[in-house]
Amino acid sequence: MDLLNIENLHARVDNPDGQEILKGLNLTIKKGEIHAIMGPNGTGKSTLTKILAGSDEYEITQGSVNYNGEDLLEKEAHERANEGIFLAFQYPVEIPGIATSTFLRHALNAKLRHNEKEEIDNLEFIKLLRQKAKTLKISDEMLKRPVNVGFSGGEKKRMETLQMSILDPHLGLLDETDSGLDIDALRTVAEGVNYIHSKEKGFLIITHYQRLLDYIKPDFVHIMVGGKIIKTGDYKLAIELEEKGYQAYGV
Amino acid sequence: MPATEETIEQVNKLGKEKYKYGFVSDIESETFPIGLDEDVVRRISAKKQEPEWMLEHRLKAFKLWKEMEEPEWLKPIYEKVNYQDLAYYSSPVQKEKPKSLDEVDPKLLEVYEKLGIPLREQEILAGVEGAKPIAIDAVFDSVSVGTTYKETLKEAGVIFCPISEAIKDYPDLVKKYFSSVVPISDNFFSALNSAVFTDGSFVYIPEGVDCPMELSTYFRINAENTGQFERTLIIADKGSYVSYLEGCTAPQRDENQLHAAVVELVALEDAEIKYSTVQNWYSGDEEGKGGVYNFVTKRGDCRGNNSKISWTQVETGSAVTWKYPSCILRGDNSTGEFYSVAITNNHQQADTGTKMIHIGKNTNSRIVSKGISAGFSDQTYRGLVKIQKSASGARNHTQCDSLLIGNECGAHTVPYIENKSTSSVLEHEATTSKIADEQMFYCTTRGMDEEEAVGLLVNGFCKEVMQELPMEFAVEAQKLIGISLEGSVG
Ligand SMILES: Nc1ncnc2c1ncn2[C@@H]1O[C@H](COP(=O)(O)OP(=O)(O)OP(=O)(O)O)[C@@H](O)[C@H]1O
Ligand SMILES: [Mg+2]
Repeated sequence: MDLLNIENLHARVDNPDGQEILKGLNLTIKKGEIHAIMGPNGTGKSTLTKILAGSDEYEITQGSVNYNGEDLLEKEAHERANEGIFLAFQYPVEIPGIATSTFLRHALNAKLRHNEKEEIDNLEFIKLLRQKAKTLKISDEMLKRPVNVGFSGGEKKRMETLQMSILDPHLGLLDETDSGLDIDALRTVAEGVNYIHSKEKGFLIITHYQRLLDYIKPDFVHIMVGGKIIKTGDYKLAIELEEKGYQAYGV
Repeated sequence: MPATEETIEQVNKLGKEKYKYGFVSDIESETFPIGLDEDVVRRISAKKQEPEWMLEHRLKAFKLWKEMEEPEWLKPIYEKVNYQDLAYYSSPVQKEKPKSLDEVDPKLLEVYEKLGIPLREQEILAGVEGAKPIAIDAVFDSVSVGTTYKETLKEAGVIFCPISEAIKDYPDLVKKYFSSVVPISDNFFSALNSAVFTDGSFVYIPEGVDCPMELSTYFRINAENTGQFERTLIIADKGSYVSYLEGCTAPQRDENQLHAAVVELVALEDAEIKYSTVQNWYSGDEEGKGGVYNFVTKRGDCRGNNSKISWTQVETGSAVTWKYPSCILRGDNSTGEFYSVAITNNHQQADTGTKMIHIGKNTNSRIVSKGISAGFSDQTYRGLVKIQKSASGARNHTQCDSLLIGNECGAHTVPYIENKSTSSVLEHEATTSKIADEQMFYCTTRGMDEEEAVGLLVNGFCKEVMQELPMEFAVEAQKLIGISLEGSVG
């Protein structure tokens, strides 16, 4: 069954002289599939993920997006999140004054409430958080620090992965989560993804490096240029790309 | 029909004995004729069976007040109060009180709902006719740590009682300290308060005593009718410590439009007073109609060496607020602190800040002010740091941060510095910011709706102040911050 279905999506920056960024993008992710998107800087990869997550920076001018058979574009960002979409940001935002653990507790409880479940007990939450953090090699000390404030590039990415594993999404959008990670961290993050992956779930992984795909095996690799997908293949396409660069695709 | 009976029943079930301090004697609803003259002042004093010296004090204040002018320099613009139109003793019961919750501003009810306040308690807070405040400490069970508090305090030698009682029972203490921090002539509102104050709290912590519990106005059940002119006096004797909580997170409706309280704190050698306030008087409807005018004079005197006074406030209510909790740092090495969060929404106006007067050597002051304006509201931080010549080695650190939500609100920072000492160190930081769209988006992609996201971001912004609040206040105050900003985004 289709988890995500994007058809002929056109989007522009939502201001009077905003340029068009997505120019007729098509993509279908079935349950259980992992897709990777690669593409040169500035082609609209992050824009795509932000639109899927519900950003109001962009205006959709054409096309449709269905998630679990429902019109995704109708829904607000927090509804999308609570219905299982998670975006690991390319550039995670700093939130001064709010401890990471507090932030995550709010997030998890919002999701539980949305799904008409009881909020998690504080102690139970701490236990869950510590356990997940440990597998990602994140110290308790980091969890007390305000969200992303003063975190190194790699720490931020690991923290995004931690958030993802706590919120256990149905559709994970990873925007260059591998950038800035050292080799060990890359492996732990990849393990994190593989751990939560199941036949009910889907992933869209944006990366510039084939290396990540050594750890997370994608079912499909897409090349995105100029706001749309111009070529789709399997894992071998990533290797090919690594060798030839984007030039071979008319960039 | 008011739910009073239900409350009485409830309290009865809990055991009358246990709540012997919880019952309010039947309040006489006697009201003096409207207007203010010497006769009214005399009658208030007589009604309270005050000694002659207190009456004289009141009359002196009244005389001074008559010659004073209401301050004109205030930033808030409000309709001037006609002082001859007020009743100065008790409140006119016949004045339209809501008959039931159906007649209460639905916005207010929504807030009660969010704070999880049961219906009958909502009636009391909303001032529904017939819903007399019975056993306030049964109502706010979060803080009713026990009605045995009087026993515990007595054992420690702490005096905590209505000031009207203290005037009769502890005249020496009152005579010595009353109006010694805020002189009658200090300002228009303090003079008025000194002439017509009805009641308030009195606290005395004896030498060397660490007060065994946080003192809260919740405990002082009998003072529900302190009305518009509340008067508080707290004395911490040598080497003692006390933490005092004032106010309530639930918005309280009050038919008294004007509140002009006076609070005086005295810290003797090595003593420390921590005074925390959550102010959430009714701020009026969305147009600001019917809200409370809150004109308060709060001042602490670090009279002894090594003493410390710390003000922490969360101000979210009232239509107009005018308030500058201050410290006089008289003793050498004394410390004054001011931590403030002020939130204004809709058409609220707040003019608040602090004064730190350095007199003693090596005195230290720290000011952290966090102002959040939303809607069409307007707020001003007004601070004065005055370092006298005698205050060698004095230090001040001031940090003023403003957060704007939306484009229609305003924030102003007016710091004054008067420095006569050459060996002092003053630091000042000020920032103005907006909640970044990226931060909002980040929170919403984690499942929080806009309201929750704003609440969280603002709490983060106020963190340094919030962490100064006593635990039992902090949790409620955090919730309150989210609620006060409702409807300010999106
Ligand atoms: N809010 C915005 N306002 C103006 N321009 C924007 C906005 N968002 C995206 N763009 C522009 O749209 C283009 C696509 O940006 P996007 O961030 O999606 O690229 P990307 O494919 O993720 O690139 P990279 O590989 O460098 O991360 C860029 O030229 C960018 O400058
Ligand atoms: Mg990008």
